[in-house]
Amino acid sequence: MFPPLPNPTTQPVPPKFGDKDLLRRSATSITPPEKRQTEVAKLIDVSKCIGCKACQTACLEWNDLREEVGVNTGVYENPHDLTPASWTLMRYAEYENPQTGNLEWLIRKDGCMHCEDPGCLKACPAPGAIVQYSNGIVDFQKENCIGCGYCVKGCPFNIPRISKVDNKAYKCSLCSDRVAVGQGPACQKACPTQAIVFGTKDEMKKWADKRIADLKSRGFANAGLYDPPGVKGTHVMYVLHHADKPQLYSGLPNNPAISPIVELWKGMTRYAGFAAIGAFAAISVLHRVVAGRSVVSADDERNAKMLADKNMMKEKTP
Amino acid sequence: MKGGEVASGDAIHRGDPVIVDRYKVDARINHWLTAGSFVLLALSGLALFHPSLYFLTGLFGGGSWTRAIHPWLGTFLFIGYLGLFIRFWKYNLWTPTDGTWLAKLHVFLRGHEEDMPEVGRYNFAQKCVFWSMTAFILVMIGTGLVIWEQYFAAYTTVDQKRLAVLVHSMCAIVMICIVIVHVYGALWARGTLTAMLKGRVTGGWAWRHHRKWLRELATGKSDQTPRGTPAE
Repeated sequence: MFPPLPNPTTQPVPPKFGDKDLLRRSATSITPPEKRQTEVAKLIDVSKCIGCKACQTACLEWNDLREEVGVNTGVYENPHDLTPASWTLMRYAEYENPQTGNLEWLIRKDGCMHCEDPGCLKACPAPGAIVQYSNGIVDFQKENCIGCGYCVKGCPFNIPRISKVDNKAYKCSLCSDRVAVGQGPACQKACPTQAIVFGTKDEMKKWADKRIADLKSRGFANAGLYDPPGVKGTHVMYVLHHADKPQLYSGLPNNPAISPIVELWKGMTRYAGFAAIGAFAAISVLHRVVAGRSVVSADDERNAKMLADKNMMKEKTP
Repeated sequence: MKGGEVASGDAIHRGDPVIVDRYKVDARINHWLTAGSFVLLALSGLALFHPSLYFLTGLFGGGSWTRAIHPWLGTFLFIGYLGLFIRFWKYNLWTPTDGTWLAKLHVFLRGHEEDMPEVGRYNFAQKCVFWSMTAFILVMIGTGLVIWEQYFAAYTTVDQKRLAVLVHSMCAIVMICIVIVHVYGALWARGTLTAMLKGRVTGGWAWRHHRKWLRELATGKSDQTPRGTPAE
């Protein structure tokens, strides 16, 4: 068993991190703090998950969210997808393992992965609407969000959802408010099997190693840690029994990275765009200087008058 | 029957100088509403294009307002341009003269329009602006609907939205460049602005820039406008 985090004191505690610990701030160039806080991480051990949805409930409760009553379509997912009110969702996949002939029920707790290289933050046009703390937590700042949906396009995991009520983006905050006072996220606290554990990223990796060794000893040769390098690692990691096939777990991306389309949109397009606009303006000025203005001459006016008069005359004579 | 280059409302008035009606008042209102919405679209679009221009959202009441208003402005521009398209598409059709005109583009750019082939209501460059704006506006409204999060988020995949937002921003840049050329052209050729401001140009302007149009106007019966001809 992973040693559980101690219960909090009842006394007020100053937050452990805040605005001075920002690694990145959307649409803003900032100087990151000199010293980075210890990176935190949530480890989700898929092999220990029983699919009870206590995490989903705890998330709703702690974050004071209300999900609308949905419709049963004969599947276990409830609601059917992440929503502005459901920041985490148990996804259930049935997998018939061709090697063993066993039917495996692969249950994955979906939600924000808190990427080290967050695509949402890269795509966001509103200063300060998305921030990344130096401990690795990527958080949406509602008051700065403009509801454009760019974060949806930036995210390689398809996580953010835009509310139809207030047109703001929502996703898992890794319970940044709890972590700030030394607590683990609500989902972790509620998990009855320790499928979710929380600590420093190093601790989590070490714990994952133990779990992976255990899984391998039980015949899951491809068990491994999901900490995708395409986004420079994440602060929510999975222990998977089939780490070679993340896709099995309800479409967990095999090798997630910020889409090249997003990189092009947020990179070259900007420079090339400004350069093009500048070039067209400059060419116009240059043309004006070199070619002068195109001026109508007195001759032109005379010719026009002759043309008009000639035709008037013609019309008058039957 | 008027010639192919003459639009309804075009008329020639004798005098010194000769005055030629080029744009009716409804065409001018149509043009300026479209132009105004383009400027607002460019400002609100650029505000979300690069953080250094985010301050432009202040013109629209903040980021959320900018996000909300931009697609409606786009819808407005689309309808406005549709009006311009219906008015002017006929005079922007390709004619054989356009080829010879293009071959002498360097002469035109030096300002020696007297050595250019006679052109009708629009020259080749103007036709290019017209058709490219038509094409780009179609692309913009198409991609714009895909990324109109508030109403159309559910109809496309994230991959489609990514592509749409990239194409939308690239085409917007090209459109801004085209409009720079459009505005510069109007300023460069003196006497052009009055066409869109007051609706008329001088005979000399028409002779110099759109002689074929002027000839058709002069030889046609277009001097018998409801306004009547000047006193004789």
